[in-house]
Amino acid sequence: MELEKISYDNKIVKAFIIATVIFGVVGMTVGLLAAIQLFYPLFNFDLQYTSFGRIRPLHTNAVIFAFVGNAMFAGVYYSMQRLLKTRMFNDNLSWIHFWGWQLIILAAAITLPLGITTSKEYAELEWPIDIAIALIWVVFGWNMIGTIIKRREQHMYVAIWFYIATFVTVAVLHIVNSFEMPVNLFKSYSFYAGVQDALVQWWYGHNAVAFFLTTPFLGIMYYFLPKAANRPVYSYRLSIIHFWSLIFIYIWAGPHHLLYTALPDWAQSLGVVFSIMLIAPSWGGMLNGLLTLRGAWDRVREEPVLKFMVVAVTAYGMATLEGPLLSLKNVNAITHFTDWIVAHVHVGGLGWNGFLIFGILYWMVPRMWGTSLYSTKLANVHFWIGTLGIIFYALPMYISGVVQSLMWKEFTADGFLKYQNFLETTVQIIPLYQLRAIGGGLYLTGVFIMAYNLIKTAYAGKFIANEEVEVSQMIKSSHSGAHWHHILESKPILFTTLALIAIIIGGVIELVPTFLIKSNIPTIASVKPYTPLELHGRDIYIREGCVGCHSQMVRPFRSEVQRYDPKGGEYSKAGEYVYDHPFLWGSKRTGPDLHRTGGKYADSWHYRHMLTPGDVSNGSIMPAYPWLYDQMIDKEQTAKKISALRTVGVPYEEGFEEIANDNLDAQAKKITEGLKMEGYEVANEAEIVALIAYLQRLGVDIKGEKVAATIK
Amino acid sequence: MYKNVLQSIDHIAIWPVISFVIFFLFFLFLLWWTFTVDKKFIDTMKQMPLDDSITPKTATHEITK
Repeated sequence: MELEKISYDNKIVKAFIIATVIFGVVGMTVGLLAAIQLFYPLFNFDLQYTSFGRIRPLHTNAVIFAFVGNAMFAGVYYSMQRLLKTRMFNDNLSWIHFWGWQLIILAAAITLPLGITTSKEYAELEWPIDIAIALIWVVFGWNMIGTIIKRREQHMYVAIWFYIATFVTVAVLHIVNSFEMPVNLFKSYSFYAGVQDALVQWWYGHNAVAFFLTTPFLGIMYYFLPKAANRPVYSYRLSIIHFWSLIFIYIWAGPHHLLYTALPDWAQSLGVVFSIMLIAPSWGGMLNGLLTLRGAWDRVREEPVLKFMVVAVTAYGMATLEGPLLSLKNVNAITHFTDWIVAHVHVGGLGWNGFLIFGILYWMVPRMWGTSLYSTKLANVHFWIGTLGIIFYALPMYISGVVQSLMWKEFTADGFLKYQNFLETTVQIIPLYQLRAIGGGLYLTGVFIMAYNLIKTAYAGKFIANEEVEVSQMIKSSHSGAHWHHILESKPILFTTLALIAIIIGGVIELVPTFLIKSNIPTIASVKPYTPLELHGRDIYIREGCVGCHSQMVRPFRSEVQRYDPKGGEYSKAGEYVYDHPFLWGSKRTGPDLHRTGGKYADSWHYRHMLTPGDVSNGSIMPAYPWLYDQMIDKEQTAKKISALRTVGVPYEEGFEEIANDNLDAQAKKITEGLKMEGYEVANEAEIVALIAYLQRLGVDIKGEKVAATIK
Repeated sequence: MYKNVLQSIDHIAIWPVISFVIFFLFFLFLLWWTFTVDKKFIDTMKQMPLDDSITPKTATHEITK
């Protein structure tokens, strides 16, 4: 057999590894800050750039796209070259990918604290950055497919399939969810409204977890776990079933994020059924990973890489059992909007992603620097401190979730809510928030230990930029005429297309009916578009990340209707959101739901509350927003906002944008005059005035419907 | 416009059922295939991560710092 000398590009892997460690430290430190803000509001520093609403998306974006993203690329570039026995397709593309991705991260790190956000979870970045992400993602895909085409191995190992599925699906998700109408360079409105926006967002959000945090790491698991254990994967057959059923089922499960909301029932049921089915492939994958270690468990005791991987795979198993259980409507009724979900995602994030990343870093760095790990002892310390960190993070959050949820739903014997003041339920869980911060602190300490260990390892060795190997030329005929899957694996483009079709079927069936069938979203005649002032207020609400703590979705439970709309008795209806670009349902209630808050309090209450929340609501953990009183809204944007919204379907009359500011001034004047009578003087254009106008509008339109019905 | 054209789709409840049937048939097919596939092929594939650098030439590595 003729052997050929080639070299693997380690330099690009090194760059991604360095970025992984740096952004791991940054992202988790920001997370720790956010965790501390929840029991010491002082740590919001009364600064707009550091208040919780802006810090939270910074944390989620940093850990998902910067830490986990860079680690994914490091793992993919390392394993792909070796599995396909070829260098990456094009070194320039590799570096464009690397620097492009880091620039996107930089743009996110600047824009998010500035409040430039779409508010759609894990897709907060504004439209110019969205375009950059799409372009860089294509570069990544181009480089990957190119590498696959020039491979020297006829068949693609299962890890490669997972990478292909990652590329195509993330591309589809990102593009579909990012349809937005720009107002200016830093502001856009989602193309979709209300229920449709929610469905698209959670189709995206759920599958971002699936195809950004799961499938690439399953590929990484299928490559690195057998390497670290030095034995082949337990069952290759199982891995095939794992792959196809996982990518096929995952894409359908998004609606489980919207149970008991205004989403049509059929879509909710669809989400539940597919979520339960997901247990099978997920656990198939987990068992395949763990059983790969059969007969090698003694090595787990000595090898930190394996320790990390075992906990990672176990955490994957736990999170993927928990997810479907949370998708059951009766479980969801208790857990949704609570800290349970925070615990759930962190078991996945800290356990599965984090620990698998640590495992592969401890595996790759010594090999790429041609040495052995500087200190196994320190790696073991990292392992234990990290594991303790996960436990101290997750357990308090589970308890917090259950405690708060039960308090929300508890009635007295007389039929009244036992804890009528939402704040009572928040104060109760503050000690648990403190414990959670300790857990996060422990985990972060472990990352520092790892960084030290890896740097020392690198300095002890010499970096092998180009790892030379001898490989044989591809023998094309070995399996020709065999089963369809053989043929499929030898045809990457066809394979990619089929994977794309598999995920598109799910996406289309899930999304299309909601877009096209009017009966899915019954309209409510009294629901009208926002006034210009309310629109500005809504944009401030979006900018400050209020949606991170306040939902706008009163679910059809007696406990929620009684808490949030005791007089009107209305839960939230799909038709109320038809002009909401984007939707602001939220996914977590650290504070109360706001969908029926309009008219509940006086303007002056909001005025005082936003300035000093702790004084108005004793014990409140809400940050103060002093800048809203000094900053003025930009009235020049009003007309552009109206036009942009009209383009995406909000029925503002032609020419309304020209008189919009008069309308705005009149409404603002009414509010400021009212405030003045109570002794609070503020400029008409102050941002707080617009925000008050928006908050007072929330959920009041449906009351007009009732009035109309009574008149009839 | 396209919305009006397609609004006439009836029987929305059938969509999830269709989706389930598509998946189920695909899954059965997949099971059938994995149980009948050539064992030799499976073994080759399994070994792939383990022999990814056929003959590592540690001595000739291009060393850079």
